[in-house]
Amino acid sequence: MSKQYETVIGLEVHVELATKTKIFCSCSTEFGGLPNAHTCPVCTGMPGSLPVLNKKVVEYAVAVGLATNCTINQYCKFDRKNYFYPDNPQNYQISQLYLPICQNGSIEIETTLGKKKIGIHEIHMEEDAGKLIHDEWEDCSLVDFNRSGVPLIEIVSEPDMRSAEEVIAYLDKLRLIIQYLGASDCKLQEGSMRADINLSVREIGTEKYGTRTEMKNLNSFKAITRAIEGERARQIELIEEGKAVVQETRRWDDNKEYSYAMRSKEDAKDYRYFPEPDLAPIDISNEWIQQIKEKQPELRDEKRLRYQKEYDIPEYDINILTSSKKLADIFENTIALCQKPKEVSNWLMVETMRLLKEEEKDPEDISFSPINLSKLIKLIETGVINRTVAKEVFEVIFREDIDPETYVEENGLKTVNDEGMLYRVVEEIIKANPQSVNDYYSGKTKALGFLVGQTMKQMKGKVDPGKVNKILLELLGREE
Amino acid sequence: MAGQITDEIIEYVGILAKLELSEEEKEQAKQDMEKMLDYIGQLNTLDTEGVEPMSHVFPIQNVFREDIVTNPDGSEEILSNAPAKKDRSFMVPKTVE
Repeated sequence: MSKQYETVIGLEVHVELATKTKIFCSCSTEFGGLPNAHTCPVCTGMPGSLPVLNKKVVEYAVAVGLATNCTINQYCKFDRKNYFYPDNPQNYQISQLYLPICQNGSIEIETTLGKKKIGIHEIHMEEDAGKLIHDEWEDCSLVDFNRSGVPLIEIVSEPDMRSAEEVIAYLDKLRLIIQYLGASDCKLQEGSMRADINLSVREIGTEKYGTRTEMKNLNSFKAITRAIEGERARQIELIEEGKAVVQETRRWDDNKEYSYAMRSKEDAKDYRYFPEPDLAPIDISNEWIQQIKEKQPELRDEKRLRYQKEYDIPEYDINILTSSKKLADIFENTIALCQKPKEVSNWLMVETMRLLKEEEKDPEDISFSPINLSKLIKLIETGVINRTVAKEVFEVIFREDIDPETYVEENGLKTVNDEGMLYRVVEEIIKANPQSVNDYYSGKTKALGFLVGQTMKQMKGKVDPGKVNKILLELLGREE
Repeated sequence: MAGQITDEIIEYVGILAKLELSEEEKEQAKQDMEKMLDYIGQLNTLDTEGVEPMSHVFPIQNVFREDIVTNPDGSEEILSNAPAKKDRSFMVPKTVE
């Protein structure tokens, strides 16, 4: 029998914090400005410029640390990490090596194998680098420093994960915690959350870790899964051939489904770290931590428990509704307006999810307001419109956030309650469809559905199908 | 304590610092670094038991700014420092193969 291998994975996750300004200067962090519009002498490393720390960065880092059960290093400081690259104008990155702001935390993940604790080694604050665009025409690279100095936290896990499934569960849990805290939007595709994967393999039963590689450029859960499987197979193959795994950084190419060696991994000593002389140390008082704790919003796990107690909705719904802060906010705000949890849940779970999928969007992109969804629910409740019409109106609310009351009025979508007229239309439909009527009499009950459908069509959907059904049965009975 | 700095170390430190050194400069750098290490060696003889590593020369802490955007578009001034520019960006030799 061939040897059995175990994959050992640790993650370094970079998260761009949702501050308005950069970490060490008052330049905007807004995404998508013209190249170099958000720059100043500090974030472009001009000699003589002095960085001053953004207080909000410390608060977000402490908030994430508390939410991931870390110990907060109440005395912490920054260090210089020296390396040369054109996207790094200072020739060093200001980061934290010796005293990171948070240490020794953990979060609990859930996979098909059950619950598991994943250790968090540390969380540190640092600055992002600029962006390089490679110019094909002039055979040069163009540097845009708008992102240079945008605050990041790097969350370093312990090597506690053993599969792609666990990695995804861990990332998803982190994403939710940070989104709920409002510390970042955590979008993998847009790079506000980036995961580097440290992976090694070892024979099952061995204590010692194998040589690890680090993989970068993973910007979707699918790419992460493929990269983990690819790298595991590559390392096992090397070992089986009697070759050694080289400790190096590799870049994953998701199109080719293969990773390429970028550079041999530098040791910390190669970065010649030293205490950052331009920044004063940070002393985080107990009072300050307490203040941050008090402002801490309800996190997902607490929310799930509360929903179970307060609302009569299935666990499945609760899991989906709380899978995005945005979705949970809309859910709660709409209930506050109409007091119909099950109804609100249905609109979010079915129609909203369907439209999001159709438009390839995330729940975070939802732009309709709770007031308009609550009005729609009231219009159905009071029988002003039926469910078929409501679905159409909801699509317009979803896309343009219109006021459904006005929309229904202006487009004449109210349910017809004129019984006399409804009887006349049903009679016409019966006359026009003798074959279906015969089918119905000969026991094909499906024919009745067809007749209801024809009537609804004739009435442009503005009737209650239940009522049509009743009238049809009555009229067909009369003709018998 | 001579002989701690080998030719390989000088070569490697040169690569890390992106410096091209001539043979004479390498020899000089080697001697300078030996002296520095000797000095550090002297410091190491001090008893530092119970002394916290110093992280800043001034007794200050908690120098913060509020999270408010005050910097205007700085691109013109910043790009005036660029030896070469294109599309409002710094132009540098190609960084990928």
